[in-house]
Amino acid sequence: MSGGVDSSAVAGLLQRRGERIVGMTMQLWNQRRLPELSGGEATGRCCSLDDVYDARYVAEQLQIPYYVVNFESRFEQNVIKPFISEYLAGRTPVPCTLCNNFVKFDEFLDMAAGIGAERVATGHYARLDYNSETGRYEMRRGVDSSKDQTYFLFGLTQEQLSRTLFPLGDLRKAEVRDLARELGLPVAEKPDSQEICFVPNGDYAGFIDAYFREQGVSPTETVGEIVDTSGRVMGEHGGVHHFTVGQRRGLGIATGEPLYVIATEPAQKRVIVGRNDDLLRNSLTACDVNWISIPPIVTEVRAQVKIRNKHNAAEATLYPTSDASRTEVRFDDPQRAVTPGQAAVFYSGDLVLGGGWIQ
Amino acid sequence: MHPCYFDHNATTPVCPEVMDALIPALTDVFGNASSVHHFGQLAKQKLEAARRQVAEMLRCHPSEVAFVSGGTEANNLAILGSLRRGGAAGKHIVTTAIEHPAVLNPCGQLEREGASVTYVRVGASGIVDPDDVRRALRPETVLITVMHANNELGTIQPLKAIGEIAREAEVMFHSDGVQAAGKMPINVNEFGVDAYSVSGHKFYAPKGVGVLYVRKGTDLEPLMLGGHHERDRRPGTENVPGAIALGRAATLARECLEQDSVNPGALRDRLENGIRHRVDGARVNCAGSERLPNTSNIYFEGVQGEPLLIALDLKGFAVSSGSACSSGAVEPSHVLTAIGLSREDARCCLRFSLGRSNDAAQVDALIDAVAQSVAHLQRLAPTTCLTH
Repeated sequence: MSGGVDSSAVAGLLQRRGERIVGMTMQLWNQRRLPELSGGEATGRCCSLDDVYDARYVAEQLQIPYYVVNFESRFEQNVIKPFISEYLAGRTPVPCTLCNNFVKFDEFLDMAAGIGAERVATGHYARLDYNSETGRYEMRRGVDSSKDQTYFLFGLTQEQLSRTLFPLGDLRKAEVRDLARELGLPVAEKPDSQEICFVPNGDYAGFIDAYFREQGVSPTETVGEIVDTSGRVMGEHGGVHHFTVGQRRGLGIATGEPLYVIATEPAQKRVIVGRNDDLLRNSLTACDVNWISIPPIVTEVRAQVKIRNKHNAAEATLYPTSDASRTEVRFDDPQRAVTPGQAAVFYSGDLVLGGGWIQ
Repeated sequence: MHPCYFDHNATTPVCPEVMDALIPALTDVFGNASSVHHFGQLAKQKLEAARRQVAEMLRCHPSEVAFVSGGTEANNLAILGSLRRGGAAGKHIVTTAIEHPAVLNPCGQLEREGASVTYVRVGASGIVDPDDVRRALRPETVLITVMHANNELGTIQPLKAIGEIAREAEVMFHSDGVQAAGKMPINVNEFGVDAYSVSGHKFYAPKGVGVLYVRKGTDLEPLMLGGHHERDRRPGTENVPGAIALGRAATLARECLEQDSVNPGALRDRLENGIRHRVDGARVNCAGSERLPNTSNIYFEGVQGEPLLIALDLKGFAVSSGSACSSGAVEPSHVLTAIGLSREDARCCLRFSLGRSNDAAQVDALIDAVAQSVAHLQRLAPTTCLTH
């Protein structure tokens, strides 16, 4: 229970169904850390005391047992540190997926089993069914396509899914709010949270800089040059981790035509910029691929592939490679800003086939 | 079965005898103890009677008892109050690594104000070596502060030996007695302490009242500014009902401890023997050390304390693990790492603290529940604690 409307509604929904439930909030980050980022206010950030207060209040209203459990060190180890090293390596990570794969549906699932819980229910917008013919758990997009969160769930194994419930997958956000109102939950009107919970105001580069200051390490000197695709120096930049592929703003270069980040090269401390067309790619390789609704592919398969959360899944063909953990994706039409570190998630209509990390 | 409470080191319920003293104190004795009229005089009389009761428990003169809001304030007053007279800069404090945050954080604040602090280590016994305290002394040492009994382990510190060292060196000696008061006999003169902190709610008085014993002649700068209450040591209208309740609880505790027929550690031993017998890989921390008769801190091999605590709570048994941070999540204990446990092993421990409400049947039921829950957790993740 994050203290938000979705997980609160899940608790209310399950209780109404007569399930025996226990509410839990993961303490993921110590709000006393990096105080310069919060500007004195820790609102809108995960695990703020306000959110814990809300979750506890909801649990009290529903009269269910409720606990806050400490996952700070696991979150730092499995999410924050990889998040930072990915940026410093010139990639653009998806921390929510790291959290799902290695904290929420891993160690937290184990803790839930430890206290005697059979399943963990979350407020994710995704549908989950067991197909008795194939013997697999199948995942489908949430019916509310604007809230669908399957992009962040592609890494879940069949074993993890067997212990998971997504009660909101069949509901639209508006229906969830109606449900919360109907149940009299105090968070019914609470605004939706932002995307990366531990990064206030979306300033991930500021977070990385502050984290390094806290650790007493000077951030790897990543200050360097901005160059165009032919290697011509266009300007200077304050660190490659400030840039992500496809980014247009914040380059500080005035030219006649709009310029975009095409790639970052941390080793050379270079940011490469170019025209919009330079961002188009026909294919990608996904690594550490996890298959959900279908077994690992052995032959080419048609699919729609999403290369970032806000991307409209594009028609493509999936090709197996000699390495079973890697899948080649060839798009029917070139796609803009295929970004290393992001996930490529494979769909067949609503069905989530699987996904992997863009190399 | 009713929920069973095994967390008496966190707090205790107000007992019936204290309630009987408290209720009329809230209604009939409402006067301001500083007022001249007879309402005030009655309150003053009750306040002083309570002070005498506390003095009897501590074996001191009533004038040496200052009522405060609780253990945290008592510790802050003793530490900040003794260092800040004339400024803290350049002064030195000796304390231990296993103190409560209400001691460690005032010491940390004084470090920021220019004082220096030595945190004496304790070793696996959970008991500080007085010779280590002696060796930590410097010419500029003005305060030794060592807790009487540790809240997590129950280990009892050698106050008498440290008191002699302090007297010899002519250094003020404060002890945080919050966990000891009510659980073992106290004699401030025998211990040689100049200040001693007590909290009412740890022994069946309500929250919000405590005592700082201050030896006659000990100069403390008050933490707050106001009237001349409590001999200029603590301004603010006296919490007369709280003091009355604390006084009554002090008398009860003293009488209880004087009954020779009762073995106060019998239930604790029953619990430890039962768990050792039934649970593979269970180990009592500081088992061989002199400990409070009610406190047991147990390491469970391969089992995280956090899910174990929750599983036990869902079965109706309230125990504790580490200390709670502001959200309510549990933080790994600095005390357990101080006695040599790794951070990982420190997460595999639970504290059981017994009290008047517990009986043998409850203890036996607790042993059953612990054995079941530990077996379940060990089955799920036999190496959870070992692989982190």
